[in-house]
Amino acid sequence: MTLDLSLLPDGGVNWLDASGDHAGIVLSTRIRLARNLEGFAFPGRARDGERLRILARIREAVESSPHLRANLLVRVDELGSEDRLLLHERHLISKELAGLDVQHPVRSGAAVFLGDGIGVMVNEEDHLRLQTLRSGFNLADAFADMQRIDEELGERVPFAFHDEFGYLTSCPTNTGTGLRASALIHLPGLVLTKEINKTLAGLQQIGFTYRGLYGEGSEVVGNFFQISNQTTLGRTEEEIVDKLLQVLTTVIAREEEARRVLLRDAGYIIEDKLWRAYGTLRYARSLTFDEAMNFLSGVRLAVGLKLITGLSVYTLNKLLIFSQAAHLSHAEGRPLSESEANLARARYVRQALAAEVGM
Amino acid sequence: MLCDSCKERDAVVQVTQVTDPPVRQLNLCEKCAAERGIETHVTMPKQPLADFIQAVQQKQLLAGSESWRCTFCNSTLRDFRNTSRLGCAYCYGAFEAKIRDLLRGVHGTSKHQGKRYRPPAEGGVEEGGSVATELRTRLRRAVEQEHFEEAAKLRDQLKVME
Repeated sequence: MTLDLSLLPDGGVNWLDASGDHAGIVLSTRIRLARNLEGFAFPGRARDGERLRILARIREAVESSPHLRANLLVRVDELGSEDRLLLHERHLISKELAGLDVQHPVRSGAAVFLGDGIGVMVNEEDHLRLQTLRSGFNLADAFADMQRIDEELGERVPFAFHDEFGYLTSCPTNTGTGLRASALIHLPGLVLTKEINKTLAGLQQIGFTYRGLYGEGSEVVGNFFQISNQTTLGRTEEEIVDKLLQVLTTVIAREEEARRVLLRDAGYIIEDKLWRAYGTLRYARSLTFDEAMNFLSGVRLAVGLKLITGLSVYTLNKLLIFSQAAHLSHAEGRPLSESEANLARARYVRQALAAEVGM
Repeated sequence: MLCDSCKERDAVVQVTQVTDPPVRQLNLCEKCAAERGIETHVTMPKQPLADFIQAVQQKQLLAGSESWRCTFCNSTLRDFRNTSRLGCAYCYGAFEAKIRDLLRGVHGTSKHQGKRYRPPAEGGVEEGGSVATELRTRLRRAVEQEHFEEAAKLRDQLKVME
């Protein structure tokens, strides 16, 4: 199977278009639901044929579901590793579904139905991982989308549900609602003012957790944090989403305050640091991924502080995605070594910035 | 009765000495018993034999629980401990007590408060029904072959489904 992401609106990255609230700070909002079909072993335990039957049942349901029927089926199990990595870098599938985890090589029946901010992963850790993505801080719409597709699929295939425990999932950390609500948020102000640890510790005390750019198990790079609920049982779906809304509103306010403090108390030091980051991205000839992420974080902050004008948040968002290894290889049409990727990354970033702000 | 040792205080404990034949019975007060290292405040079980049997059974259960098996997907508690993942939805019935404890530990509760799922009228009955039928067949076979432990687990799984 060949992967043609041009079939998707905006290549599946319209959640990066910076159209939502607080888009300078919050890149995206995401809701994820874990669901399993009654009568089948979970994907990790199921046999190859069983997983293919699961996919067939889900496909039937998706194709008759009003909000999902337009989605594009991608058979992840039939893709090469470069294409699977590309989908993962674009945040369209998880690392596990992509089979990039040493512990979890790609499974037969692994697939995703991709649509406009709505994805249905099949045969991941659970039979179904539904996700809705929205640009910026927009939990309400992401949640409304999710309720619709959960309802539509639940009417078409029987979900495993327990009277006391709720929706049953492969890992008991997702049991109950199966819901994880998260936001990918950029917090350089809190990092620079050294307030970040206090903020993160506070989140953990009230049942929230943070991860890196790619969710579970990923490192924090470029001051991007994915904040989400830690527990899924004992609260209603609305309570979880409302609580995250409150938490994020507080975190955003703290980040804005930290930025004001930085400008007031260390104006020229910050200004110098951010312009240096911009200078490097404009003229460097080789950039590692971590370097690019850190300098992009600086430039993003500079745009937020209005030190740099004429550069859109959308462009910065796209740079985050398209300067990753599989995307660079895809653009070049061949696999790249690490040093080749560093050269290609620097060239891509230079060209994208020049196209936006002029030479 | 006075303490056989100090002859001053009332005896509160009766001790049978077998280390120094002939077998002697001593009545001791709290103080003299303590000096000999004998605990006088032990609460004696009301049904010592029944309690003992229960304790042994519990120990056996705990020791053997690692190999408990879900009759639907065949995974064991050991598999779960190794992978942190359950094999199927019926494992929740097979290992119900353990999972309830675990959920309480992880989430602070095991009681779902969110949306209540209503299965589809046709598909759900068909799929769930075939599994229930299979479980009932296995249950009947287990009873016939007098595999009562397995039968109890199957019964519990059916109960969860219903």
